[in-house]
Amino acid sequence: MELIKLGRDKTCITVLGILAAVTFVIPLCNWVFPADSVLHFSAYTVSVLGKYLTFALLGLSLDLVWGYCGILALGHGAFFALGGYAMGMYLMRQIGTRGVYGNASLPDFMVFLNWKELPWYWFGFDHFGFAMLMVVLAPGVLAFVFGYLAFRSRVTGVYLSIITQALTYALMLAFFRNEMGFGGNNGLTDFKDILGFNIQSEAVRSMLLMLSGIALISAFLVCRWLVNTKLGRVVTAIRDQESRVRFLGYRVEMFKLWIFVFAAMIAGVAGALYVPQVGIINPSEFSPLNSLEIVVWVAIGGRNTLYGAIIGAVLVNYSKTVLTGLMPELWLFTLGAAFVVVTVFLPDGLVGLLRRRLQEQHA
Amino acid sequence: MSPQQVHHEIPMTDHLFHEGVVDTRHGPILYLDDVSVSFDGFKALNNLSLVIDAGELRCMIGPNGAGKTTLMDVITGKTRPDSGTVFFGQTIDLLEMDEPDIAQAGICRKFQKPSVFDALSVFENLELALKANKGAWATLFHRLNGEQRDKIHHIIETIGLKANYQQRAGILSHGQKQWLEIGMLLMQEPKVMLVDEPIAGMTHQEVERTAELLLSLQGERSIIVVEHDMEFVRSIATKVTVLHEGAVLTEGTMSEVQNDPRVIQVYLGG
Repeated sequence: MELIKLGRDKTCITVLGILAAVTFVIPLCNWVFPADSVLHFSAYTVSVLGKYLTFALLGLSLDLVWGYCGILALGHGAFFALGGYAMGMYLMRQIGTRGVYGNASLPDFMVFLNWKELPWYWFGFDHFGFAMLMVVLAPGVLAFVFGYLAFRSRVTGVYLSIITQALTYALMLAFFRNEMGFGGNNGLTDFKDILGFNIQSEAVRSMLLMLSGIALISAFLVCRWLVNTKLGRVVTAIRDQESRVRFLGYRVEMFKLWIFVFAAMIAGVAGALYVPQVGIINPSEFSPLNSLEIVVWVAIGGRNTLYGAIIGAVLVNYSKTVLTGLMPELWLFTLGAAFVVVTVFLPDGLVGLLRRRLQEQHA
Repeated sequence: MSPQQVHHEIPMTDHLFHEGVVDTRHGPILYLDDVSVSFDGFKALNNLSLVIDAGELRCMIGPNGAGKTTLMDVITGKTRPDSGTVFFGQTIDLLEMDEPDIAQAGICRKFQKPSVFDALSVFENLELALKANKGAWATLFHRLNGEQRDKIHHIIETIGLKANYQQRAGILSHGQKQWLEIGMLLMQEPKVMLVDEPIAGMTHQEVERTAELLLSLQGERSIIVVEHDMEFVRSIATKVTVLHEGAVLTEGTMSEVQNDPRVIQVYLGG
């Protein structure tokens, strides 16, 4: 039933097809063809594409919260960064004695700060499984505590947006501090291995791209299923008329809370896949500007479709890569202008435009 | 079958307290005593007392600002009164409950401005209203069974939206939205229905059908109707309550009320 509906949605199938191609064909090409072949993609291209896929995953999770549940979260980047830090901590522990100070029991920055032993919250990050658990648990628990307090007090609209922004800003300030034990200003970097494999190697790069693609496609399918359940319809109803839903007997705050927590966990996974591909995580990932950018991706791609968020994230970030290479000072103006144009002329984003074109062709 | 029998969920001989069961053995299903609500010094409800019997169809009239909507807000948990008591049956204190609790206990409401979910279809609107476990987890895995599907289709026919059931509620006419919201009320199988201005925007035939529907439900459910259209009120009401300045001015049959000099004064501003 669900698959039939999916099959009818041509834009959606196209997006999924391209995603699957990027996910599987590029690593396959790199494996089959020699390094000097035209069909061999450079390590740079592979990591950039992989990075786009993690951004797409992040955009997707925001669309669930904003497009479907109507919560304009302006601090969604915080969950991405927390997932990233959890992964970064695991990668730091993998460095072992290969750091500058050659200290196996402490990361370099702690030795530099004259710390004698590992803080308790770093325990367990030697284990990949534990770190992966933290990738979803840390954002999930933060989202749960924050959401529980905010939604139960019925904070909505602009006020909620502002406190989500404050949340990520506060986290940024905290992570900037050396005493926090997360590497301060410099963050976590100089990663060597992941699961014993060299993180710089092409094979690991290809694998990370593939994993990012698989995570994105699976998350897309799960979200798609979710929004088509009765819970998805309740959530849509909450977006449009929150108080009315209460009078039907639904505990609105619980629905918002679970959607928020689930989206935060997806964002955490995106962050965890992002960090090994770019090789660094620092507090600037918590910057409110980053969170605003996610909103712009989703708005440009088209809210409330899931794949619109994917299209938006990839297009905007591709433009960013190209434009910041050509004219770095113009990028923010371009992004701002694109956001204004889309908001005024294309309220349903690029996907909305595409759909209208398709309908006109049929008519 | 008399209305009293339908609502006797506890045998007359049983004198124990039953938690969560609406006890209407003594007649009243809603009992408001000395309820006051004020907004910034304005007394929206002023020591209002009101009793609604199980199975009764009661009409509320009163000039603008008389407190009709505030009264519904208090009963459904949207507004907390400054003082007073509000009971559902003999044992359930509504002031200790919030909106979802009250809705699940069986007091459901149709709003003055039709409040349907525009982005969802007629069918989906009714599905959301369906009496079921409304927890998040249960809702995620909820599948309609044949019986529930039949019930939705039955109500779609009752509210005359058979031709539109797959349409988005947003494109319905005003009158159709009113009907859809009445349908959503029925889906919840409430014990008490609060119906705020049901016939605004309806055609003459639709008004007649609404009257028939409400009359057919009395006895089975307790219904409070707030309406400005006197002709409509006369066509359905056995008992009318007139609100004025946040309190009950008078109660009685339509003709008693209409001939009450105080009511005439309030309405004509004498």
